[in-house]
Amino acid sequence: MSVEHHEGVHRHPAPTSFIRKYIFSVDHKVIGIQYILLALVAVLVGMAMSLLMRLNLSWPTTHWPILATLFPTGAPNGVMTPEFYLSLVTMHGTIMVFFVLTTAPQGGFGNYFLPIQIGAEDMAFPVLNMLSFWVTLVGFIVILLAIFVEGNQSIGQWFSALGPSFTGGSGTVGPIGGWTGYAPLSAVGKIAGPGQGAGMNLWVISIAIFCIGSLLGALNFITTLLNMRTKGMSLMRMPLTCWAWFTTAVLALLSFPVLLGGGILLLLDRIAGTSFFIPSGLYISGILSGSNPNFPLHTGGSPILWQHLFWFFGHPEVYIAILPGMGATSHILATFARKPVFGYRAMVFAIFAIGLLGFFVWGHHMFISGMSPYSAIAFSILTLSIGVPSAVKTFNWLGTLWGARIRFTTAMLFALGFVSLFVAGGITGLILGQSSLDLAMHDTYIVTAHFHLVMGVASIFGMFAAIYFWLPKMFGRFMNEPLGKLHFWFTFVGVYTIFVPMHIMGIVGMPRRYASFGEYEFLKTLHPLVLLVSVAAVITITAQLIFYFNLIWSIFKGKKAGDNPWEATTLEWTTATPPPHDNFAGVLPTVYHGPYEFAVPGAPRDFVMQTDVGADIPGGDGHNGHKH
Amino acid sequence: MGRVLAVIIWIITLLSVLLFVSGKWWFPAAISEHAPALDRQFLITILIVGISFTAAQVGLGWMIWKYRDTGKRDDRAVYSHGSNRLEVVWTIITAVVFISLGVMGQSVWASLRLHDAPPGSYTVEAVAQQFQWNFHYPGKDNKFGRTDPKLIDDSALNFVGLDSSDPAAADDAVTSALAIPVNRPVELRLRSKDVIHNFWVPQLRFKQDLVPGMEIKVHFTANRVGKYELACAELCGQLHFKMKSYMLVLPEDEIQTLQGLGQEQFQAKIAEYLAKYPLPNY
Repeated sequence: MSVEHHEGVHRHPAPTSFIRKYIFSVDHKVIGIQYILLALVAVLVGMAMSLLMRLNLSWPTTHWPILATLFPTGAPNGVMTPEFYLSLVTMHGTIMVFFVLTTAPQGGFGNYFLPIQIGAEDMAFPVLNMLSFWVTLVGFIVILLAIFVEGNQSIGQWFSALGPSFTGGSGTVGPIGGWTGYAPLSAVGKIAGPGQGAGMNLWVISIAIFCIGSLLGALNFITTLLNMRTKGMSLMRMPLTCWAWFTTAVLALLSFPVLLGGGILLLLDRIAGTSFFIPSGLYISGILSGSNPNFPLHTGGSPILWQHLFWFFGHPEVYIAILPGMGATSHILATFARKPVFGYRAMVFAIFAIGLLGFFVWGHHMFISGMSPYSAIAFSILTLSIGVPSAVKTFNWLGTLWGARIRFTTAMLFALGFVSLFVAGGITGLILGQSSLDLAMHDTYIVTAHFHLVMGVASIFGMFAAIYFWLPKMFGRFMNEPLGKLHFWFTFVGVYTIFVPMHIMGIVGMPRRYASFGEYEFLKTLHPLVLLVSVAAVITITAQLIFYFNLIWSIFKGKKAGDNPWEATTLEWTTATPPPHDNFAGVLPTVYHGPYEFAVPGAPRDFVMQTDVGADIPGGDGHNGHKH
Repeated sequence: MGRVLAVIIWIITLLSVLLFVSGKWWFPAAISEHAPALDRQFLITILIVGISFTAAQVGLGWMIWKYRDTGKRDDRAVYSHGSNRLEVVWTIITAVVFISLGVMGQSVWASLRLHDAPPGSYTVEAVAQQFQWNFHYPGKDNKFGRTDPKLIDDSALNFVGLDSSDPAAADDAVTSALAIPVNRPVELRLRSKDVIHNFWVPQLRFKQDLVPGMEIKVHFTANRVGKYELACAELCGQLHFKMKSYMLVLPEDEIQTLQGLGQEQFQAKIAEYLAKYPLPNY
């Protein structure tokens, strides 16, 4: 059997119909934009939910007539019910983690720029790529239905053919379980109270669908990166963005199947009477398991097993969310510092170390779960050691800025903001990772503060930097800079004002996922801080309208951009703006240099593009250290 | 622009540090024997965290302040791909600091979780259920009466499924408040009837999940008499935020008074002590 090599074997003709071009497109660039649009819609939903949560926490007894109109079941009389609040907590977390932090950074920007940055015409499997987006979109639609299936009579009937547990319309709220959905609360069904009915089924199904979409995407990223790099694009000449997307794809490939398996088992517990996560002898709402058809006999399941499966996925997921932001930040810092990335090789190793260690630390979410106290010690020390590659990255970012000539574009401001927020959010991992301290800190607001800063806000700053940086390439127009800077100032100061006080709340002992704090005397002193956080959240969320306006306006009316408006070095800036259907108009580029050759002594300009022929670069090629 | 950003980063850093050192908000005063060690470890850790945070932010601000683009044509950045020596140095330093911190951070954990409760500990069984705490006391015979999920009947107030035909159950009592002796090791046997709950008294400085299908033993010694709020710290459903009770740390004589009482008198006495002791001042 012989293998034939075809020139441009992955090439597919440019589509002509609107549907094939913009809807069911197999072009990685269109799919990337679709993922970004999905994230932009999902993040609006998630932010609206945080706004509602803050309203409830700071003004728990105030009547908001508009809420009564919008949410007749969740806020009758304009005051939110506790189950509505918990449902918001659950859906905010699920939507943000899955449909924002896992879509835009990887499926969005990764899809658009990974093939271009390695000099490929498209992804290895364009149809698979299209499927991965559409599967993810179905997951998003299902999660939206999960919100309304119990509250809305007509949606409540949509899935009733699947069985009684899928029949909604009971007049209660969406799923309740947090984004972690701990069993058996999430496993036993309606008997455990509001939020455990049909909506929870759809929540599990949505996540399972999302896992499949992410797996398809991950396979594509890995294959594309390993097989389709253009001539001269050795691994160590790849931009750090590509290393980050590649590592993220590996993490997704290894972790999502575990969640998928766990999700299927959870669904079976809910609808098929199995007992993977439900132990024997449960007595819920006055009914003993097995004594009543509403609560069938369960025996032999382990609630802790669900936590192991969930967090085996859940911890790598944190890095799935942040690694692309790290990649984008390194890329953008170098470009606007006009300097090579400091310690490129160390950065690559650090990304790998974070990815690898990320698989051995999931137990730090479970110190107080009842698992073996000995394994807690192993998980704890491994967790602290993951701080080392994270610190190495921070040192190298600072090293990149040392001796730089910084250009303060909005993209650069957000990249610098990423570094600041990554440090602020990540460093408290030193506290939470210690099993002893977790005895006091577990499930308090310091956890909320920690992960929001590091995996939420820092990741989003990475994405803001990316969108201000790459929009000119994607749409041929710049974002408006003054509006972008206004957006940055509000957001940067805003997120610190929201999340720094939450650390204090955690130290005092304020538990997460409380619909109200009024019951406890020891929390009363925190009231001014709770109010401060809410006010800051309202302002910061409102300020995001500046971004949405800027984005839409700029795509159509923004200042026009040339092929390489930022004087950058990597392959996406060597092709036309916006890139043609096959990315490089039929001629794949050849790469001669490392990715970040700025300020090369003796070069005619202060940057040498990866495709520039003949430039003499001392110590270049992405190697670490000076060569004399 | 750069200078503004640098100054804002420094101001945020300063205000954040001030918020932590203001002393206005901190842990509630500890009342358990292991707590001072935990608080000390927290202090060491937060000092390292604070110093690293401040150093990184001040350094970041400094780079931003100093290395802005002057706009001059031939004024280029320093051409450097890094330094292997620096990489090795900061990798080793952070590894030593972080991992030492991690190792130190195991000692309180080990003292609480790697050993059984000392013999003679005062033992109480905690049985959590949606939005209610039940504490089951063995009584004078120091033996817990048999319990069985099949016997649980919330409407008859048999919350833990106590078997009244078991002689050991005769002197048992069940209340929603936890009463324990001061300065004596206490063992809690934690169970749940329905979903996962979490035992959380901030002054004790520990949490533990109550997992259905498991009996988890924890032990500690409380060293200050008083009444403290007990919260659930694991999402357990609609009224999670209202799953509140109290922990009474009582002098030995009051604990002895409780020992001989039957269910009703026991409950009345607990109510009396709950009224007697005020909450700490916050």
